[in-house]
Amino acid sequence: MAFDPNSDYPLGTRRPDLVSTPGGIPLGDVTLAALRAGELAAEEMRATPETLRMQAEVALAAGRTQLAESFERAAELAAVPDELLLEIYTALRPRRATALELEEWASRLDAHEAPKTASFVREAAAYAARSLLADA
Amino acid sequence: MRSRRFASRATRDLHLEQLVSPLPELGLVAANGPNDPEPELVVEDGVVTRMDGREAAEFDVIDRFVVAHGLDLDTATEAMALDDLDLARRLVDVNVSRSELVRLSRGLTPAKLARVIGLLDPVELMLALKKLRARRVPANQAHVTNLKESPALLAADAAEAARRGFAEMETTVGVARYAPLNAIALLVGSQTGRPGVMTQCAVEERRNLELAIRGLVTYAETLSVYGTEPVFVDGDDTPWSKAFLGAAYASRGVKVRFTSGTGSEALMGYAQGLSMLYLEARCLAVVRAAGSQGVQNGSISCVALVLSVPGGTRAILGENVLAAWLDLEVASGNDAIASHSEIRKTAKLMGQFLPGTDFVTSGYSVMPRHDNTFGAGNFDADDLDEWLTIQRDWQVDAGIEPVSEDELVRVRELAARGVQAVFVDLGLPPISDDEVAVATTGYDAREMPDRDRAADVEAADDLLARGVSGLDVARALDRHGFADVAEAVLGMQRQRVSADYLQTSAVIDPDGVVRSAVNDPNEYSGPGTGYRLEGERWALLQSLPQVVAPAALLSESSDAEPIVSNGDAAARGDDPAEVVVAVGPAFADTIRSTIADLDHRDVLEAVSEGVREGGGEPRLVRVRRVADVAFIAHDGARLSGSGVAIGLQSKGTAVIHRANLQPLDNLELFGMSPLYTLESYRAMGRNAAGYALSKRVGPVPTQLDNFARAKLIVRTTLLHARETQAVVPGAEPVELELHAATVT
Repeated sequence: MAFDPNSDYPLGTRRPDLVSTPGGIPLGDVTLAALRAGELAAEEMRATPETLRMQAEVALAAGRTQLAESFERAAELAAVPDELLLEIYTALRPRRATALELEEWASRLDAHEAPKTASFVREAAAYAARSLLADA
Repeated sequence: MRSRRFASRATRDLHLEQLVSPLPELGLVAANGPNDPEPELVVEDGVVTRMDGREAAEFDVIDRFVVAHGLDLDTATEAMALDDLDLARRLVDVNVSRSELVRLSRGLTPAKLARVIGLLDPVELMLALKKLRARRVPANQAHVTNLKESPALLAADAAEAARRGFAEMETTVGVARYAPLNAIALLVGSQTGRPGVMTQCAVEERRNLELAIRGLVTYAETLSVYGTEPVFVDGDDTPWSKAFLGAAYASRGVKVRFTSGTGSEALMGYAQGLSMLYLEARCLAVVRAAGSQGVQNGSISCVALVLSVPGGTRAILGENVLAAWLDLEVASGNDAIASHSEIRKTAKLMGQFLPGTDFVTSGYSVMPRHDNTFGAGNFDADDLDEWLTIQRDWQVDAGIEPVSEDELVRVRELAARGVQAVFVDLGLPPISDDEVAVATTGYDAREMPDRDRAADVEAADDLLARGVSGLDVARALDRHGFADVAEAVLGMQRQRVSADYLQTSAVIDPDGVVRSAVNDPNEYSGPGTGYRLEGERWALLQSLPQVVAPAALLSESSDAEPIVSNGDAAARGDDPAEVVVAVGPAFADTIRSTIADLDHRDVLEAVSEGVREGGGEPRLVRVRRVADVAFIAHDGARLSGSGVAIGLQSKGTAVIHRANLQPLDNLELFGMSPLYTLESYRAMGRNAAGYALSKRVGPVPTQLDNFARAKLIVRTTLLHARETQAVVPGAEPVELELHAATVT
């Protein structure tokens, strides 16, 4: 059955069939028995980009535009390594990056198939008018 | 000249606080500031060219972000054109739905939002908040910390908080390196108390994210935003960096809530002459634009500053309403100490407590204040019974449940044992049985045995290096016989996979079902709608441990050996020295002692002795037709040879009466029965004899206990009920014989 953002929330209890770990373990198989059998790894215990996109659809169906956009960015960032994530966060802080450096981070995000987040980072060009860029 | 009353009031705790008159230049004005801009939005060709008094070229980084992400321009034309009062009235109109108001909010500028909220008075704000809260059912958040960072005590307190119904709990660290240990203690404790409780550890963002990635915490509310650009930048962030971080947290399965609140800009020196409420409207516009599901607001750590200016309490409630109007989850402050004055603090609380918010406090200190390392603890462990009683008084659910001492001791011990087992399993410095015992029943961390803190922080570093995760915690619990808790910890990992709790106002039920504004929205539209405290939940919140069944307050003593017997109908006496001691229908019969716990035999003997000491002759009579002390005494007086009688109600109230007075008049009334001793009753007897013999009589000195009524009114009511039950309408008074005391 296809996903319906108006009626399938919460996914975990209403549509567990649609949810799996990044390695493809169905949600229903995340059990104590599986843990005892050594079938679960810490890296598996997180949402996939697909799940986050479904959450974005749920938010949008409830009229929460900006929350949905944030979940879209989260879906893109799910596959981005922790260290890169923190570096881009730092670059966005006041006077950390030049316009060129911000563009480079945006390109890195494009390379990670994160176009929405990349364009969000590009908006920080607005920093120029407020002296929030680093000196070149 | 100095008034001693002014001097007395000046010693009250309230006067430890400074109140100031408004000074708008420094941002010391609560709302409707003289420099706040006129609401304004000019859109040309789909581009915002002016907003709230600024040209596009002048927009600061906050304006730019709000314009880029925070305004629905299709709605703006309609919404900005609405009259301020018209909008304000819609906020309190139960016939205008929450969703319609949220729709309109998407087209309003910060100045317009602040202006409209500024038109509501406190009761209107409460109604608006009740209407606009995102989730149907209110909840609460706990703070769990202790000065020694004792893991056993953290786990026990977390378990108690969870068992008491807190939906979220937050810890922090005194020493940053403790973070993983504290997060583990909180995780184990919370899931022991109630599966599904979400936890966070407030630390620096990088460390926080690391804990989240490992599944040791599930939410974060450390993302602060500010209403002026200089303060935002001093906080070393921009709206773009904060919004990015919010998405980054969500990408790791962390529920994110931003933090803002009135007063922070003034405190940090750059309020730009603007009112606190207007600046908070700018913050909230950023929070929504950034795509946060919610906000912790309500002044938070600056609350005492906001309360120093006129209208501060109202402005704080206003900012909570504003956040709810913007469709954000609201954790509504009440965590930092608002005032030294218990009265003032509680009065402030009512703004959120009565309407209910998503989290009535953003941190109720579940342990004694001394252990609250947030430097706060507005309400703490010692205030819990008051909180529960106020819920019961108002029939309001403010998110905390009464739990018996036995059950809490059980759950605290289980949690302390659980974390002890996890420490063993993960090779962390052991937790002693002594630590478990003190954590279970102790008062605060001062009683806890000291740990080797150097070893703890080294172990914490090592734990992170080894990549220990929530799964390891579950496995450790399972291996040591805590399968239920292991299942609950694993359940929290499962929640991270489905990510349902990222939605607005999400909490998790014990059965793992996520309840948020999506599947359990607040649709209050007047009486009979929305969340109402009734049924099982109301029964639970009524049943405080100290509540007793009324009947239990009355000692059943009617089986005891009789101490008096009724004789023949009483006739009028003719001895001029006679003083009748007239007792009520239940006296020394179905009731055997006064409210001061004086045995009725002793009372009768004391009164009789007093009468004799005064030269009179006592005669015992029982009045059966009435339970009111005035009539008991007056009936007695009409039978008395001297015309004087003492009337005694079973609870101990007494009156000296004379036959020629009106029944409700008297010679002396003794209405403070809880205070009387046998000597008091002897003095009453002496005075009655004095009146009988027409001597000069000085009234027995009046005693007063202002709190006697509050303390004893329930017992008084019950004793009097029993007295009235014993009334025989129209029955004659009878002679009463006091039996000799049985020698035992």
